[in-house]
Amino acid sequence: MHEWALAEAVVSTVSQIAEKEGLKEVAEVKIKVGELQQIELEILEFALSQLKALKLKNTKFSIQKVRAELKCRVCGHKWIFRKEKMNEEVAEAIHFIPEIAHTYIKCIKCGSRDFEILEGRGIWLESIKGVK
Amino acid sequence: MVDPRIGIIEERLKGINNIIAVSSGKGGVGKSLIASTLALTLARRDYKVGLFDLDFTSPSTHVILGVKGLQPKEEKGIIPPQVHGLRYMSIVYYSGEYASPLRGADISNALIELLAITRWNNLDFLIIDMPPGISDAILDIIRLIKRIKFLIVTTPSRLAFETVRKLTDLLSELGIPVIGAVENMKMKESQFIQQQVERRGITFLGEVRFDTMLEEAIGNVNKLSATQFGKKIQEIANILEP
Repeated sequence: MHEWALAEAVVSTVSQIAEKEGLKEVAEVKIKVGELQQIELEILEFALSQLKALKLKNTKFSIQKVRAELKCRVCGHKWIFRKEKMNEEVAEAIHFIPEIAHTYIKCIKCGSRDFEILEGRGIWLESIKGVK
Repeated sequence: MVDPRIGIIEERLKGINNIIAVSSGKGGVGKSLIASTLALTLARRDYKVGLFDLDFTSPSTHVILGVKGLQPKEEKGIIPPQVHGLRYMSIVYYSGEYASPLRGADISNALIELLAITRWNNLDFLIIDMPPGISDAILDIIRLIKRIKFLIVTTPSRLAFETVRKLTDLLSELGIPVIGAVENMKMKESQFIQQQVERRGITFLGEVRFDTMLEEAIGNVNKLSATQFGKKIQEIANILEP
């Protein structure tokens, strides 16, 4: 239930922003979830529904998956991360700390571990809509 | 775009009374051994203690503590396992025996992730073993942990102190509390480090003699505590106690 910790982070951060911006109610939060972290969306959605604070009781959480694109810094090759190609133990390590990808994944062209995660690493808040 | 993880870090650390980063400008000065021995010492005095190895690319506290075959418990985040009476967290649970070549931005991201998902619960002390130098990890710790205090490690070498001087100047400029400085691996009499440290208004916590028996004690915490090094760190730990 690592997703629960991330859901707490979302609720806490949205509440802090709502407070700062003087929002009476938060209508919608758009969340992007990168495929590298392999977050279980059902668990994340359930945790968000359980953790909703007062100002977030009517909030709609829209979650969009983003594919994880990696780019080798040595040869410039770009590729898409696929969980299916990983063994379970490695996939789980990357789930907890996506940067662990550098420990187990190599550029499929030149073999370098020096690659950039162009997009799709973890969890991000894209936008928050609310009523003042 | 907002990173939601930042907003939960303070909440995750709120049950910890003292957060101490064991740091130096230079590598190889004994930070990990001092951080591990301090944490063990405090745990043996019945304090609730956590040890967090933040040297993501070159972790070594697991070797010092002889940690093998353990994994954090997953429960609405991750709970570091108990090792020799302290809660112990390290990237090695996930990287195993393999190299983790990480650039600065990756180190920041991994650090934020672990701070956001690790549930330390209530601790008297969280000891953080820092990587050497003044780069991403130290800047992030200062940015993300407002209550951080530093314990500085140097050796008698002017080369080590040249980097330590810059670290302490930076911390002083930022108003970050420094508990004091330890002079490690002392081999001959000299007041140079003590004078330099005190000239900067920093408490000199003591000198630790170079201990030829220390290498043999690595991986065995009882042997480690019984070394001359271990006994000196136990003395230094007194200053951390309330």
